[in-house]
Amino acid sequence: MSRPSWRATAATALAIGVALGTIGCSSDSTGASGSGVSVWTTSGTESVLMTSQEQHNAEEGSVPLDVQVYENDPYKTKLRTAISAGQGPTVFSGWGGGGLAAYVEAGEVESLQAAFDAAPELRDRIFPSVLAGGTIDGEIYGTPYNGVQPVVIYYNENVFADNGVKVPETWDETMDAVAAFKAEGITPFSIGGAGRWPYLMWIAYLTDRIGGPEVFDAVVAGEEGAWEDPAIVTAASMIQDLVEAGGFGDGFSSVDPNQGAPEALVYTGRAAMQLQGAWGYSSAYLSGDPEFVEDGLGWTTFPSVEGGLGDPSNVTGNLSAFFSVSSKADAETKKAATDWLVNGVFDDDYIDGLIGIGAVPPVSGIEDKIAAAPAADWNTFVYKTAQNAGNFQLSWDQAISPEEAEVLLTNLEKLFLLEITPDEFASNMNAAA
Amino acid sequence: MAVRRQGPSPLLALPALIFFGVFAIIPLFVALYLSFTKWSGLGSPTWVGFDNWGTLFSTPDTFRSFGLTLLLMGLSWVFQTPISILLGVFLSGHQRYREIFAVIYFVPLLLSSAAIGIAFRNLLDPNFGLFASPGLEWLNLGWLGNPDLAFYAIVFIISWQFIPFHTLLYQGGARQVPQSLYEAAALDGAGRMAQFFSITLPQLRYTIVTSTTLMLIGALTYFDIIFILTQGGPGDATRILPVDMYLTGFVGNQMGLASTIAIVLVLFGMLVSLTISKLSGFTRMESQLDGE
Repeated sequence: MSRPSWRATAATALAIGVALGTIGCSSDSTGASGSGVSVWTTSGTESVLMTSQEQHNAEEGSVPLDVQVYENDPYKTKLRTAISAGQGPTVFSGWGGGGLAAYVEAGEVESLQAAFDAAPELRDRIFPSVLAGGTIDGEIYGTPYNGVQPVVIYYNENVFADNGVKVPETWDETMDAVAAFKAEGITPFSIGGAGRWPYLMWIAYLTDRIGGPEVFDAVVAGEEGAWEDPAIVTAASMIQDLVEAGGFGDGFSSVDPNQGAPEALVYTGRAAMQLQGAWGYSSAYLSGDPEFVEDGLGWTTFPSVEGGLGDPSNVTGNLSAFFSVSSKADAETKKAATDWLVNGVFDDDYIDGLIGIGAVPPVSGIEDKIAAAPAADWNTFVYKTAQNAGNFQLSWDQAISPEEAEVLLTNLEKLFLLEITPDEFASNMNAAA
Repeated sequence: MAVRRQGPSPLLALPALIFFGVFAIIPLFVALYLSFTKWSGLGSPTWVGFDNWGTLFSTPDTFRSFGLTLLLMGLSWVFQTPISILLGVFLSGHQRYREIFAVIYFVPLLLSSAAIGIAFRNLLDPNFGLFASPGLEWLNLGWLGNPDLAFYAIVFIISWQFIPFHTLLYQGGARQVPQSLYEAAALDGAGRMAQFFSITLPQLRYTIVTSTTLMLIGALTYFDIIFILTQGGPGDATRILPVDMYLTGFVGNQMGLASTIAIVLVLFGMLVSLTISKLSGFTRMESQLDGE
């Protein structure tokens, strides 16, 4: 008889079912209630964190750290899924602002206020403008742990010298420089429009220069009609003026920001300037053309706007990444995690490690260390820009809720493509807020 | 005595059924449930009744996305079908060098969507891409960054990716056409064109139905390549429903609304595939072959 017995079939099916079930349950065991402190972070600072982990774990009687490093883009979804399934790590990395606020609201994050109050020397050493990114409703929930990354203007010194153009310090000078470079067939500003987020830096800076930080604070606070503030509408129309004047060249909306193309336009002399975060220095310029960085790369702050209310020392950008402690871990693990955040992160070795990889820690009193390290000019500029900033605006997409950020990016892209007017931009954003 | 059942035990289908149930049916019902809730992915979903459905059908953006999805279905069918039929029929013959052409035509089939997306991204880069080379500047129109062109660029790239697959279907279909039909037609004095339109095309009828169904349903699920090329942009020029669903759910963290879009896609996909099989008589599966 060739027909298999139903028992055998059922057994097979059962085995498969059990196997499937097991796969479903066998997610990693680094849950909040594990025996050590699990730390999830995104790539970039891992060498420093690994050293810190080794030192920490070598201490007798310490609760061991377990640092896991993830790629930037999938990390957000992975963390969200893990936390929502109760499988989150003890310590997780985030970018502060609206993203952190969502976790705080959901009751997933432990307050660090008490720990910071017990360690005032650390609390007062971190740049207040940066620590503000990890502060939700007046209470500290996230502590910075890597380099500060303000957005600055990079430029090609040779292109400026060859065409006799002065590096612009005001918006009028910027528009003059745009006209001069346009006439020479050089793209004034290179921008990776295909990624959408590079557009944010323009609207954020212009709004701040025109109306000061209060304008966007009102947006974050969810005030009625905050997006229709005249400063935002003016900033939007200045952006469109710049686009119409050829400020970004042709086809800027197709340029991919993630593979170094916008920076390549600057170091090959086809574009004069780029508005970009401090990360561009090592991730694109230094890796793309180290010789150019030696003798052709210049940098400066965003131009001031005549008659604007904003302090020209204000900057926007990424404050830092922040570590937060899960509220779901047991008390002993939470205590060990907090101890490490307060005593291990930003100890001397940690700061030296960060400077060694070209990051600028947002803590005061390290000018000499930075001046003694490679790329001293650049790192000192970043350090001073961040330290002296009247206001350090967290990138807009991080500061507001993810829902609103998604609408913002779409509308901003339409604004740059001249598909909507500045007023439509403001009213579309108000409708989504 | 009971009639002895023929064929293998239905229990053999069990593993496949369990698999299908766990990975397709159960998630479908979870999505249906989520479509009636508001959920950011954190905490527990809150029941909001038909709110998401109301939001979905009261925003013009949804209809725009739906329109783009339909347009993508239509355009990619119009673009792919004639080319696939011609290539498929050509490759089913026995010409010289046919295998060499076949190998070249099938290359896109071997590449993943992600690889194709990244390759075209770089090819179409306005500064360092193919059209930035001397002599081709007139084609350098910023294809993926221009809201009027990006959609057509996407149609072209998707077609480039899937034509080889449909060519393969038509090649198989054309090989099934009995040689005797062509011999009879040749005796009656029918030329190549007449043979193609009177024998090959009618005989490929069911292949066309299969290929059409796959293309139309496929167009409802295109996501990866668009996400890599334009992320639904510029603006919302290429934001078809599946992309809209992803951005709403995983970027905007509105899982409930995204699930609603997912359910709409499922229902629409079922409707399309049922309509095609009804209209075409595919379900009856008649054959015009000899001896059947």
